[in-house]
Amino acid sequence: MKKPELLVTPHSVDSIEPLIATGADAFVLGEQRYGLRLAGEFNREDMKHAIGKAHAKGKKVYVAVNAIFHNDIANELDDYIAFVKEAGADAIIFGDPAVLMAVRAVAPDMPLHWNTETTATNYFTCNYWGQRGAVRAVLARELSMDEVIEVKENAEVAIEVQVHGMTCMFQSKRPLLGHYFEYQGKVMEIENRKEAKNMLLYDKERDNKYPIFEDQNGTHIMSPNDICIIDELAEMIEAGIDSFKIDGVLHSPEYLLEVTKLYRQAIDLCVENLEEYEEVKEELLEKIEELQPAHRPLDTGFFFKETVY
Amino acid sequence: MSTVINDTIATVIDGKRVIVKKPELLAPAGTLEKLKIAIHYGADAVYIGGQEYGLRSNAGNFTLEEMKEGVEFARKYGAKVYVTTNIYAHNENIDGLEDYLRGLQEAGVTGIIVADPLIIETCRRVAPKVEVHLSTQQSLSNWRAVQYWKEEGLHRVVLARETTSEEMREMKEKVDIEIETFIHGAMCIAYSGRCVLSNHMTARDSNRGGCCQSCRWDYDLYSLDEGNEQALFAENDSPFAMSPKDLKLVESIPKLIELGIDSLKIEGRMKSIHYIATVVSVYRKVIDTYCADPENFQIKQEWLEELEKCANRPAAPAFFEGTPGMEEQLFGVHGKKASHDFAGLVLDYDKDTGMVTLQQRNFFRPGDEVEFFGPEIENFTQTVEAIWDEKGNELDAARHPLQIVRFKTEKPVYPNNMMRKGLE
Repeated sequence: MKKPELLVTPHSVDSIEPLIATGADAFVLGEQRYGLRLAGEFNREDMKHAIGKAHAKGKKVYVAVNAIFHNDIANELDDYIAFVKEAGADAIIFGDPAVLMAVRAVAPDMPLHWNTETTATNYFTCNYWGQRGAVRAVLARELSMDEVIEVKENAEVAIEVQVHGMTCMFQSKRPLLGHYFEYQGKVMEIENRKEAKNMLLYDKERDNKYPIFEDQNGTHIMSPNDICIIDELAEMIEAGIDSFKIDGVLHSPEYLLEVTKLYRQAIDLCVENLEEYEEVKEELLEKIEELQPAHRPLDTGFFFKETVY
Repeated sequence: MSTVINDTIATVIDGKRVIVKKPELLAPAGTLEKLKIAIHYGADAVYIGGQEYGLRSNAGNFTLEEMKEGVEFARKYGAKVYVTTNIYAHNENIDGLEDYLRGLQEAGVTGIIVADPLIIETCRRVAPKVEVHLSTQQSLSNWRAVQYWKEEGLHRVVLARETTSEEMREMKEKVDIEIETFIHGAMCIAYSGRCVLSNHMTARDSNRGGCCQSCRWDYDLYSLDEGNEQALFAENDSPFAMSPKDLKLVESIPKLIELGIDSLKIEGRMKSIHYIATVVSVYRKVIDTYCADPENFQIKQEWLEELEKCANRPAAPAFFEGTPGMEEQLFGVHGKKASHDFAGLVLDYDKDTGMVTLQQRNFFRPGDEVEFFGPEIENFTQTVEAIWDEKGNELDAARHPLQIVRFKTEKPVYPNNMMRKGLE
């Protein structure tokens, strides 16, 4: 059985080596000017260092260029992508077709991963982007396990699935936190809000707490629970899913390290000794539960939840 | 307003500049009745939803038979019909898509509005006569992405609601493709297609038509300090809200025309015929008046007042001149009442007796002041005098929805004119 890649989102250059030591195979990184909801900010120098450290250990680095671009930044893409290529990235992650145009212009051999977060919902469209240069599609988090597997069975591109962490529910271009503080007359908080990654929207009716933050890409609202399917990996490994992602956004580097270690163990066991995986998977899940901050319950996302419309 | 003459947009006739490239006025039509009203009141095109693949699972939505009837009606006016087919499909939606698209082609619709490449590609293969327009669900907001969709062979793109007028200008300058943009109505506060609040909060798939508008709800905002939650609002503060004011670009129509935007779109397939008639007729007048004589154009107060008669939320220009500020959001309010109620639809008028036959849409009684409007008439107000039912019995009031009543009007009216009543 093929072992899926274990993909993680480092917080800084310093995280790269420890994450490799605990079992990460690949990294998603970038800067918020071009990439969405990254765990850390990697400027050009950081990116070069991170790629150097990863490549030294035979690991891969994918650079997130998956923001929704307006003309101003769309005009900068050639320069940024030329740099990313020069820096030796293993792939560029995109959602906006402007990136495809820029890659065709300045880095035609650069592998592309298609990731809009919410719209990779069927195999046909994954293959459509495949025919236009993508080698991988990152599936929407709102798919069920059965849908994920059906996509994989029909996909001509590699398939990446998020198995752990928070997911994005909403992105607005407007600075919604700033507007609320301004409305209340709290100017200080407007000035500080860019740094704040610790705010929660509380939904009384559902008793849910949704992390909310602002950055250059606008306002982002995140899922109330962290997905965790460390005990449900067998079916997707068997189906040949190519990459499992752990998203560390809004979690600490220490948390990401521990979670990566546990998933490494789970994936290795599942591939090498399924019986033993079945025996220990509950225990692995419990270990993750112990790591969870009080306001972050675990759930299984949409893997086993039905949505209607 | 810039007076630079752009050959493709304007020309000079007898020393007077006139607009030759008049943009399409595109209106929503949730039902066949709304389609007919929208076109009758001056829409150049309407967009409708079919039984599947559209984003308003609660809207009226057309059967293929109704679409055919709508297309035939539109054709008589030289108007076009587009069908919103803009879900992000899941695997299970692939089956049946080909038949559905062939049906649309057969019904004679001009185009479909699409977000998912699955539907774009399938349409081109099985229903090649149907134009493909990229939906705002793709949140298209830069010229290079516009270029991409042009190269993919799309006929038209609908821009993201986040696009500014300057960005539109650059897109128009750099790419030769039809551009459609929203000018009026409710808006997503999120980038369209990038919001799954409904999926999480109500297990309804927002990108397949299940949106439950969670963004219009109130929330409490807390900060998290070392694990302790701290309220970021005081006892009497309004709760956190992210509800935007509705979009209204009536005063920017001249600019949109000068930018060469091809289609100006009104939102609202769920809105009433009164709303559609009112909004369409105002924008019709603005577009026609500007195009006929741009140099002497002035927005009329009465047009602005007319829009207030059906507005159910405060409105603002949103992103048109840059990212909107705090004042373009709604805190502590959930809309407002329009200044007028739709009171009746004119079915007939007898020239000899001066009597209107009207279908009641809201309570009114003798002594009420009412206003008539419609494409054939100038608005006029009058006091209702005696009201009779169909059998000639005098009524103390028109009480029943859809009841047919007669009374005298002070001026001639025409079928499909509407009557509204001011609210205190």
